[in-house]
Amino acid sequence: MSNSSDWWYDEAAGPMVRPYAMVSGRTRPKPAGEDLTLTTQVRALRTTTEQGTLSVEHLEIIKLCRKPLSVAEVAAYLHAPLVVVKVLLSDLIQRGDVITSGPATTVAPVDLNLLQKVLDGVRAI
Amino acid sequence: MVSVQSDRPGSGQGGEELLVPSSVKIVVAGGFGVGKTTMVGAVSEITPLRTEELLTEAGEEIDDLYGVEGKTTTTVALDFGRITINPELVLYLFGTPGQDRFWFLWDELSIGSIGAVVLVDTRRLDAGFGAIDFFERRGIPFVVAVNCFQGSHSYTAEEMRVALDVADTVPLVLCDARDRESCKAVLVRVIEHAMNRLDVMA
Repeated sequence: MSNSSDWWYDEAAGPMVRPYAMVSGRTRPKPAGEDLTLTTQVRALRTTTEQGTLSVEHLEIIKLCRKPLSVAEVAAYLHAPLVVVKVLLSDLIQRGDVITSGPATTVAPVDLNLLQKVLDGVRAI
Repeated sequence: MVSVQSDRPGSGQGGEELLVPSSVKIVVAGGFGVGKTTMVGAVSEITPLRTEELLTEAGEEIDDLYGVEGKTTTTVALDFGRITINPELVLYLFGTPGQDRFWFLWDELSIGSIGAVVLVDTRRLDAGFGAIDFFERRGIPFVVAVNCFQGSHSYTAEEMRVALDVADTVPLVLCDARDRESCKAVLVRVIEHAMNRLDVMA
């Protein structure tokens, strides 16, 4: 997350850059990012390829994802709309800079073992 | 969903495996201002985060009703929290947008969720009807949690069940959305309810 003191304007001023400008006006992720959902986990690989063509936002995502984060968390920390973040992530997936958890299931979890783990986890907090 | 998968090998330079956790989610639904984000914040390990979805085409027509014809994009804010179950599994809690005109987003949030909490406020019971109806119709396991704000403890769970017209098969609990233990108990009920339904189906 960027330190707010780094910026001379405040949040009330709104974004200085129009959201889609971050992704050169693209509104759809590349095929590599089509399956991304709010909770897809993203993790940066330790060795990134040549960074020359990456934007500041791309690099910020790589930094954020040294520890696994969901797409929704990346968007929140980047202060960027989800759709924009999905486009940026699709670039990184295609380049092989980040890996993601498997495609999200579109049906509810039906694995009792999984639910038991969640139940135990919630009870333990 | 349990297994950690990836299209690409998750190995770094030294060949070590990089773990990418799986995720599950529970939806916290209810009317505007009922305390959804408060509930998420009470159990989340992080301060609830906010992410924004930009709506263009879908928002346009609806916005006309509100007299802002010139507006082409609408922003919907989603608040969410996180509970790390273990290094391989993360639970996310998503609050639904309160306004009725964002129903279609509820679908996206509900798909693949363990279940839902419908949070209702005794002072505005009608605000909960839409959410109850939504999860009933889709067959998504849910519990009704009545948020008892201070001074509104004047109803019993049974009275609330009748007033909300909730089937006996749907758990109904009284809670305090500000209280961590109380919200934990609500989540436990959701997960148990989802597990019971699986047992019945099996």
